[in-house]
Amino acid sequence: MSDILLQIDGKEVSATEGMTLLSAARTAGISIPTLCHHEKLEPFGGCRLCIVEVEAGGWTKLVVSCVYPVEENLIVRTRSEKVDRIRKSILELLLAHAPDAFELQDLAKEYGADKNRFEKDASFCIHCGLCVRYCAEVKKKNAIGFIDRGIRKEISFIPEIAARECNDCKECFPLCPTSYLQAVFVLTEGLAFSSPSSGSATEE
Amino acid sequence: MDKDSIDRIVDKYHGEASYLIQILLEIQSENNWLPKEALKRVSDKLDVPLTRVQHIATFYKAFSVVPKGRHKVHICVGTACHVRGASRILDTVEEATGIKPGETDLELKYSLETVNCLGCCALGPVMEIDGKVHGKMAPGKTSDVLKNYE
Ligand code: SF4
Ligand code: FES
Repeated sequence: MSDILLQIDGKEVSATEGMTLLSAARTAGISIPTLCHHEKLEPFGGCRLCIVEVEAGGWTKLVVSCVYPVEENLIVRTRSEKVDRIRKSILELLLAHAPDAFELQDLAKEYGADKNRFEKDASFCIHCGLCVRYCAEVKKKNAIGFIDRGIRKEISFIPEIAARECNDCKECFPLCPTSYLQAVFVLTEGLAFSSPSSGSATEE
Repeated sequence: MDKDSIDRIVDKYHGEASYLIQILLEIQSENNWLPKEALKRVSDKLDVPLTRVQHIATFYKAFSVVPKGRHKVHICVGTACHVRGASRILDTVEEATGIKPGETDLELKYSLETVNCLGCCALGPVMEIDGKVHGKMAPGKTSDVLKNYE
């Protein structure tokens, strides 16, 4: 397979076909912030934080680097006024949901995002899907999934599966950028796992 | 809903996972809602993770994962009905049935829902029950209409 040459932040980078801009940048030691990306998982493109500016044939456009495939002669800018402004807004929107998440706060500092810009609606989950996708793609257990949609979208454990699988795993816990996942797990454990004394509470 | 009826529906689609939504729609229309055991059964038969079945069942408004009433009452609160007094219609229906939009009464008689235009604005305010349109509603008329549904 022939190499694809492109330019990222002024640096010549060679990549192989099918690679994403994000992985090409990372191999070249250029960092792009991400929230929903995970090496072991299929690209998701959910958080949009990894947005970058690309220039091809005299046109510039904004693309999401974790799902955008590399192209020959592409000129990529991972930081620009526009990119920074968008990342700042994304962070401010996410901070309205999870004002105290450390990962978000660190990024907020970097991009000058103000966590009080939008009215707080602390739902904590930022829908990065890391927990759901990790459980499905890596562990193949499907103990946790999303329910509902839009502003009501939530994560939800399947108590029967979680009771069986999660105690020995919990590998998704450190992935969550907001620690909401742990809270939901503890809640599910308390409310819906069948207790040994009362027999099965999950079989309605 | 018993296992056999679910299996019958799933088998009709040769247990093919790509028919998941179609299967859920049929269960929904036969049973009026999707109980957890039904979702579980469908998940097992189609070999689709329950998380996925659950996501789809909660994503589309056509599905309900809580019991629904025998009669579906839709009150239009679209612009035309709104200016013709839909909120007063809604109030009297709420009063008569004891439920709010999105809810179902304990006897499973009615499920109440607001909608945003049924496409017959000239008849507003409109109340639709089980697909039948009752136009030019007045608060006093709603209870007469509701009486016809058992
Ligand atoms: S619970 Fe955490 S890991 Fe899971 S989707 Fe929400 S923010 Fe992401
Ligand atoms: S990391 Fe690319 S969209 Fe989240």
